[in-house]
Amino acid sequence: MTGAAPVVDMTDISISFPGVKALDKVSFRMFPGEVHSLMGENGAGKSTLIKALTGVYGIDSGVITLAGEHVSFSGPAAAQAAGISTVYQEVNLLGNLTVAENIMLGREPRTWRGIDWKAMRARSTELLAGLHLDIDPNSLLNEHSLAVQQLVAIARAVDVQAKVLILDEPTSSLDADEVAELFRVIRSLKADGVAILFVSHFLDQVYGISDRLTVLRNGALVGEYLTEEILRIDLVQKMIGKELTALDDLEKRTHTASTSGSVDNDEVVFVRASQLGRAGSVEPLSLPIGEGEVVGLAGLLGSGRTEIARLLGGIDRADAGELTISGKPVKLRTPRQALSHGIAYSSENRREEGVVADLTVRDNIVLALQADRGWFRPIPRKRQDELAESYIKALNIRPANPDALVRNLSGGNQQKVLLARWLAIAPRLLILDEPTRGIDIGAKAEIQKLVYSLAENGMSVVFISAELEEVLRLSNRVAVMRDRQLVADIENDALTVESLLALIADGSDSASANSSVEAVLVEAGPAQSAPSQSAPSQNAPAPTAPSQNTSGGTP
Amino acid sequence: MNATIGKLAANRLFWPVVMLLALFAINLVAFPGFFAITIKDGHLFGSLIDILRNGAPMLIIAIGMTLVIATRGIDLSVGAICAIAGAVACSILLGSSDPSNPATVAVAIAVAVGISLLLGVWNGFLVAVLGIQPIIATLILMTAGRGVAMLITEGQILTVNSPPFKAIGSGFWVGVPIAVVIAAVVFAVAALITRRTALGLMIESVGINPEASRQAGVRARGLLFAVYTFCAFCAAIAGIILTANQTAADANNTGLFIELDAILAVVIGGTSLMGGRYSLTGTLVGALVIQTLVTTVYTVGIPPIATMVFKAAVVTVVCLLQSPATTAAFASWRRTAALRTAGKEMAA
Repeated sequence: MTGAAPVVDMTDISISFPGVKALDKVSFRMFPGEVHSLMGENGAGKSTLIKALTGVYGIDSGVITLAGEHVSFSGPAAAQAAGISTVYQEVNLLGNLTVAENIMLGREPRTWRGIDWKAMRARSTELLAGLHLDIDPNSLLNEHSLAVQQLVAIARAVDVQAKVLILDEPTSSLDADEVAELFRVIRSLKADGVAILFVSHFLDQVYGISDRLTVLRNGALVGEYLTEEILRIDLVQKMIGKELTALDDLEKRTHTASTSGSVDNDEVVFVRASQLGRAGSVEPLSLPIGEGEVVGLAGLLGSGRTEIARLLGGIDRADAGELTISGKPVKLRTPRQALSHGIAYSSENRREEGVVADLTVRDNIVLALQADRGWFRPIPRKRQDELAESYIKALNIRPANPDALVRNLSGGNQQKVLLARWLAIAPRLLILDEPTRGIDIGAKAEIQKLVYSLAENGMSVVFISAELEEVLRLSNRVAVMRDRQLVADIENDALTVESLLALIADGSDSASANSSVEAVLVEAGPAQSAPSQSAPSQNAPAPTAPSQNTSGGTP
Repeated sequence: MNATIGKLAANRLFWPVVMLLALFAINLVAFPGFFAITIKDGHLFGSLIDILRNGAPMLIIAIGMTLVIATRGIDLSVGAICAIAGAVACSILLGSSDPSNPATVAVAIAVAVGISLLLGVWNGFLVAVLGIQPIIATLILMTAGRGVAMLITEGQILTVNSPPFKAIGSGFWVGVPIAVVIAAVVFAVAALITRRTALGLMIESVGINPEASRQAGVRARGLLFAVYTFCAFCAAIAGIILTANQTAADANNTGLFIELDAILAVVIGGTSLMGGRYSLTGTLVGALVIQTLVTTVYTVGIPPIATMVFKAAVVTVVCLLQSPATTAAFASWRRTAALRTAGKEMAA
């Protein structure tokens, strides 16, 4: 595997979109017979790089060579013809056609009379057999599980004599057995000399299957590493990075009178999740949220940090456990019910689930309040104007025009409009999912200050962010999620970015070590600093032993 | 000057109004007395009055359709509901001993409207509860509805002789055709209910972004029930006007294809089939454009065989003018025009 010439060599690739530098002189290479993982948080540039390679985006500068030859693809079809096949996260197949039709679509074997169905079935059977997949090529694709559909997509990709196979988050909707099946196929392709690009948010899987890693952050290359030579904690640190912020004047939150006691006292706990979970989304976990407390949720993308927040906000329904609000058990079936209990969830997906783009700033701000009052009791226009004006001023929304359509605002200002909507209903618990993602530093600082002052005034806040400094700065307590589980719930008095990173990254060691750390961290009282700081040294030696990876599986 | 035109052109009512004025102009050339309104026997008469009266049923349906479309839906069943409402009203009148009694007419109308409301609830149930795509959900009633109307009329054309009923279709109130008065009332009520309460905001919000609206606590289900029921209500009123005008219920032909005209009126009025922002005033203008077009065919003397082609041509022009590509072209033209004006002023 070493010494061979790279089959793909991308050098100094840059791509700009209006106002954004999506990729800045990124280099990336792939070797035959090797699995290469592309790592990075949201917005790091992973998909942009993949799209540059497959010809979906043209590149502004840089050179791409395939098997030593300089290439420039006009589109995915051209890339595929040259031997670069992609299997996307969402299965891009046609459920209402048969397996064989899906595999051969667009390159059906033909005779002078039309499609040669017999040859098509034979070829499909052969390809499926190559992947040890025992299914009837004449069955409808819909009849099979997502995992099998994923494998059919791979069979389709392999049929084009792929030299390079790109798997973009192929495991995000698979369970452990299915992942093992997929990995078996990946290993056999690897043995055939295919270069495989693997993207996954699950660190265990990355360490289980890949030989090489490339880390991107904010559109820039952080580095290329051999998997066996980089510790998980270092990897996570490289992915998340550190950002100097303009917020040094904001002191770290200290415990206020109302939260200094034990949070297990029901009098100060506002919302308590007890073994709350949802199958396939987040494992049952317990989390108390005190009044006036800021609970930070840390973890990588896909760790369950958003999923648990959605359960608390009534966006998704929990199918396990119990939620109590002010000591009374409640079932949240809709966001509306959560809102009626004073719980507001501000989605990380601002454009799809947050703002209503074609409505004005004013309408967006009053929407939740109006929905709460019902359509028959409109908020008087004068009151609407007052609300809009006061929030535009308080949050410094630009342009300061209540009649502007929200679609024309910048991301940061859209976020502020969304915040204003939730603040207008004066929630008792505000769940902020990545409120500062993708917005400029000034707006970021304003939002952080806002969270700080809201909690001072007694509002409970759940704060989710990929930026650990931000989480640490604002939170009284930090709950750490990994692989859909709560792995730590710690008072934020002596936490550092490093100790948090250790908690997020850890997970390679055996299950017992894992759970013992968890037990210590979850059960111990306020004096948690010792175990959390010792965590990195405890776990440092473990990360690279592949045989211990839970999802690795053996052929 | 240029800037004023630019501002006007940016308004989404600009092209529909231009179209309407153009049609008026054509009519005026072909028939100089087009704008003349005379009073005969205390009633208003004239081409414009005819346009309003004949366009009233379609306008009423288009008002309901506007709200349905604003929620990203569509209601294809309105024509069938027209037929059912007319059939129910006529069969009640025929079955009564005194069809000329206003009380009997009131009962007939009330029952017809009541049944139509149930049909609207059915549509709402299919869309809001079962989650069937609106075009399919309402297609069910579109095809089945005429069959139901046929069963009610037992396959006959039911001709009624009831002066109070007939008045709804062709009578006058203080000189104005009653159909026009009804349309005006429906328009005013719809505008007041949606714009004076928060209903309009909720409808638009659900139409633009259903998931964001759900997370903000908007109850989409109730809203969908409301708009489909209201649309069926509008269809029932229109069906009664149409039936009263002909003094006969015809299960096959009452309100035939009226759903297409109504949808067209909504679209010409600037409400997108993608849902979201809607304009009842736009729908009013759209309905007038379509009805004026029909009148134009007669005043200009276009042979009947060419009528459909003529109508299609005009509709095509309107759609082209409103297409995103044209809008973008006009936007850039406006920008350059503004620059040129600015340049001239600088030079001066």
